[in-house]
Amino acid sequence: MNSEIKKIIEQKINSSTVFLFMKGTPEEPRCGFSAQVVSILNDLGIEFDSFDVLSDEQIRQAIKEYANWPTIPQLYINGKFIGGCDIVRELAASGELMELIVK
Amino acid sequence: MLNHIKQKLEAAFPGAKVQIADTSAGHESHNSSGAHLAVLITYRGFAGKSLVEQHQMVYAALKDEMKDQVHALKIKTRTE
Repeated sequence: MNSEIKKIIEQKINSSTVFLFMKGTPEEPRCGFSAQVVSILNDLGIEFDSFDVLSDEQIRQAIKEYANWPTIPQLYINGKFIGGCDIVRELAASGELMELIVK
Repeated sequence: MLNHIKQKLEAAFPGAKVQIADTSAGHESHNSSGAHLAVLITYRGFAGKSLVEQHQMVYAALKDEMKDQVHALKIKTRTE
Protein backbone atom coordinates (compact mmCIF):
# COMPACT_ATOMS: atom_id res chain seq x y z
CA MET A 1 0.00 0.00 0.00
CA ASN A 2 1.49 3.37 -0.93
CA SER A 3 1.84 6.07 1.69
CA GLU A 4 -0.58 8.39 -0.08
CA ILE A 5 -3.44 5.89 0.21
CA LYS A 6 -2.49 5.14 3.80
CA LYS A 7 -2.68 8.85 4.56
CA ILE A 8 -6.13 9.11 2.98
CA ILE A 9 -7.34 6.16 5.06
CA GLU A 10 -5.93 7.62 8.27
CA GLN A 11 -7.49 10.99 7.53
CA LYS A 12 -10.85 9.32 7.15
CA ILE A 13 -10.74 7.17 10.28
CA ASN A 14 -9.54 10.14 12.34
CA SER A 15 -12.15 12.49 10.91
CA SER A 16 -14.84 11.17 13.22
CA THR A 17 -14.97 9.35 16.55
CA VAL A 18 -16.84 6.53 14.83
CA PHE A 19 -16.04 5.76 11.22
CA LEU A 20 -17.42 2.97 9.06
CA PHE A 21 -16.05 1.61 5.79
CA MET A 22 -19.07 0.01 4.17
CA LYS A 23 -20.66 -1.03 0.89
CA GLY A 24 -23.19 1.61 -0.07
CA THR A 25 -24.36 4.43 2.17
CA PRO A 26 -26.09 4.40 5.58
CA GLU A 27 -29.30 5.39 3.76
CA GLU A 28 -28.81 2.77 1.07
CA PRO A 29 -26.49 -0.07 2.12
CA ARG A 30 -25.46 -2.38 -0.72
CA CYS A 31 -24.65 -5.41 1.43
CA GLY A 32 -26.48 -7.12 4.27
CA PHE A 33 -23.48 -7.00 6.59
CA SER A 34 -22.96 -3.28 6.09
CA ALA A 35 -26.68 -2.80 6.64
CA GLN A 36 -26.50 -4.71 9.94
CA VAL A 37 -23.71 -2.53 11.31
CA VAL A 38 -25.54 0.65 10.28
CA SER A 39 -28.66 -0.64 11.98
CA ILE A 40 -26.77 -1.49 15.21
CA LEU A 41 -25.16 1.98 15.31
CA ASN A 42 -28.49 3.68 14.61
CA ASP A 43 -30.29 1.62 17.25
CA LEU A 44 -27.74 2.73 19.84
CA GLY A 45 -27.99 6.34 18.67
CA ILE A 46 -24.32 6.39 17.72
CA GLU A 47 -23.35 9.09 15.24
CA PHE A 48 -20.84 8.05 12.61
CA ASP A 49 -19.30 8.98 9.30
CA SER A 50 -18.86 6.44 6.54
CA PHE A 51 -17.19 5.77 3.22
CA ASP A 52 -18.61 3.68 0.39
CA VAL A 53 -15.81 1.34 -0.72
CA LEU A 54 -17.77 0.50 -3.88
CA SER A 55 -17.04 4.04 -5.03
CA ASP A 56 -13.27 3.56 -4.92
CA GLU A 57 -11.61 0.25 -5.80
CA GLN A 58 -8.19 1.43 -4.63
CA ILE A 59 -9.46 2.25 -1.14
CA ARG A 60 -11.51 -0.95 -1.09
CA GLN A 61 -8.38 -3.06 -1.54
CA ALA A 62 -6.11 -0.89 0.62
CA ILE A 63 -8.41 -0.91 3.63
CA LYS A 64 -8.26 -4.71 3.76
CA GLU A 65 -4.49 -4.54 3.96
CA TYR A 66 -4.56 -1.62 6.41
CA ALA A 67 -6.64 -3.50 8.98
CA ASN A 68 -5.32 -6.96 8.10
CA TRP A 69 -8.99 -7.79 7.63
CA PRO A 70 -10.27 -9.29 4.37
CA THR A 71 -13.87 -8.13 4.48
CA ILE A 72 -16.09 -5.04 4.52
CA PRO A 73 -17.68 -3.53 6.68
CA GLN A 74 -14.92 -2.29 8.99
CA LEU A 75 -15.66 -0.14 12.03
CA TYR A 76 -13.16 2.28 13.56
CA ILE A 77 -13.55 4.04 16.90
CA ASN A 78 -11.12 6.78 17.90
CA GLY A 79 -8.95 5.80 14.94
CA LYS A 80 -8.65 2.21 16.08
CA PHE A 81 -9.95 -0.79 14.12
CA ILE A 82 -12.73 -2.45 16.12
CA GLY A 83 -13.92 -5.22 13.83
CA GLY A 84 -16.45 -6.35 11.27
CA CYS A 85 -20.12 -7.20 11.55
CA ASP A 86 -19.84 -10.16 13.95
CA ILE A 87 -17.59 -8.33 16.40
CA VAL A 88 -19.69 -5.16 16.30
CA ARG A 89 -22.78 -7.24 17.08
CA GLU A 90 -21.05 -8.95 20.01
CA LEU A 91 -19.70 -5.69 21.41
CA ALA A 92 -23.07 -3.98 21.04
CA ALA A 93 -24.83 -6.81 22.88
CA SER A 94 -22.35 -6.75 25.76
CA GLY A 95 -22.40 -2.96 26.07
CA GLU A 96 -18.70 -2.69 25.30
CA LEU A 97 -19.32 -0.75 22.10
CA MET A 98 -20.71 2.22 24.01
CA GLU A 99 -17.80 2.04 26.45
CA LEU A 100 -15.32 2.28 23.59
CA ILE A 101 -16.98 5.44 22.34
CA VAL A 102 -17.29 7.13 25.70
CA LYS A 103 -13.66 6.38 26.53
CA MET B 1 -15.92 -27.24 0.07
CA LEU B 2 -17.26 -27.27 3.64
CA ASN B 3 -15.06 -30.24 4.47
CA HIS B 4 -12.03 -28.58 2.89
CA ILE B 5 -12.51 -25.47 5.03
CA LYS B 6 -13.19 -27.47 8.16
CA GLN B 7 -9.96 -29.42 7.62
CA LYS B 8 -7.97 -26.25 7.06
CA LEU B 9 -9.27 -24.75 10.29
CA GLU B 10 -8.63 -27.93 12.25
CA ALA B 11 -5.08 -28.00 10.89
CA ALA B 12 -4.53 -24.35 11.81
CA PHE B 13 -6.00 -24.71 15.29
CA PRO B 14 -4.86 -28.06 16.72
CA GLY B 15 -7.38 -29.60 19.06
CA ALA B 16 -10.07 -27.09 18.17
CA LYS B 17 -13.70 -28.01 17.75
CA VAL B 18 -14.87 -26.63 14.41
CA GLN B 19 -18.51 -26.39 13.40
CA ILE B 20 -19.33 -25.07 9.98
CA ALA B 21 -22.51 -24.31 8.07
CA ASP B 22 -23.31 -23.10 4.59
CA THR B 23 -25.68 -20.16 4.91
CA SER B 24 -25.69 -19.23 1.22
CA ALA B 25 -29.44 -19.83 0.91
CA GLY B 26 -31.20 -16.50 0.80
CA HIS B 27 -28.19 -14.65 -0.60
CA GLU B 28 -28.49 -15.90 -4.19
CA SER B 29 -29.31 -12.48 -5.56
CA HIS B 30 -25.90 -10.99 -4.85
CA ASN B 31 -23.93 -14.15 -4.27
CA SER B 32 -22.01 -14.19 -7.52
CA SER B 33 -18.58 -14.47 -5.98
CA GLY B 34 -18.60 -17.28 -3.45
CA ALA B 35 -20.36 -18.92 -0.58
CA HIS B 36 -21.73 -17.51 2.65
CA LEU B 37 -20.42 -19.61 5.50
CA ALA B 38 -20.72 -19.59 9.26
CA VAL B 39 -18.11 -21.12 11.55
CA LEU B 40 -18.05 -21.72 15.27
CA ILE B 41 -14.56 -22.48 16.52
CA THR B 42 -13.80 -23.53 20.07
CA TYR B 43 -10.07 -23.30 20.59
CA ARG B 44 -7.98 -22.86 23.74
CA GLY B 45 -5.38 -20.89 21.77
CA PHE B 46 -7.85 -18.00 21.50
CA ALA B 47 -7.54 -17.34 25.22
CA GLY B 48 -6.00 -13.99 26.03
CA LYS B 49 -6.48 -12.66 22.51
CA SER B 50 -8.83 -9.85 21.53
CA LEU B 51 -11.84 -10.58 19.33
CA VAL B 52 -10.12 -8.85 16.43
CA GLU B 53 -7.03 -11.01 16.88
CA GLN B 54 -9.13 -14.18 17.10
CA HIS B 55 -11.00 -13.35 13.91
CA GLN B 56 -7.76 -12.34 12.18
CA MET B 57 -6.37 -15.79 13.03
CA VAL B 58 -9.40 -17.40 11.38
CA TYR B 59 -9.12 -15.21 8.29
CA ALA B 60 -5.38 -15.95 8.08
CA ALA B 61 -6.05 -19.69 8.12
CA LEU B 62 -8.46 -19.22 5.20
CA LYS B 63 -6.43 -16.62 3.33
CA ASP B 64 -6.68 -18.34 -0.06
CA GLU B 65 -10.34 -19.27 0.29
CA MET B 66 -11.32 -15.71 1.29
CA LYS B 67 -9.99 -14.42 -2.02
CA ASP B 68 -12.63 -16.00 -4.17
CA GLN B 69 -14.44 -19.06 -2.83
CA VAL B 70 -15.90 -17.44 0.25
CA HIS B 71 -17.92 -14.26 -0.08
CA ALA B 72 -18.80 -13.88 3.57
CA LEU B 73 -17.72 -15.68 6.69
CA LYS B 74 -19.67 -15.35 9.90
CA ILE B 75 -17.26 -16.09 12.72
CA LYS B 76 -17.98 -17.04 16.30
CA THR B 77 -15.06 -17.94 18.51
CA ARG B 78 -14.93 -19.50 21.95
CA THR B 79 -12.05 -20.52 24.15
CA GLU B 80 -13.74 -23.55 25.73
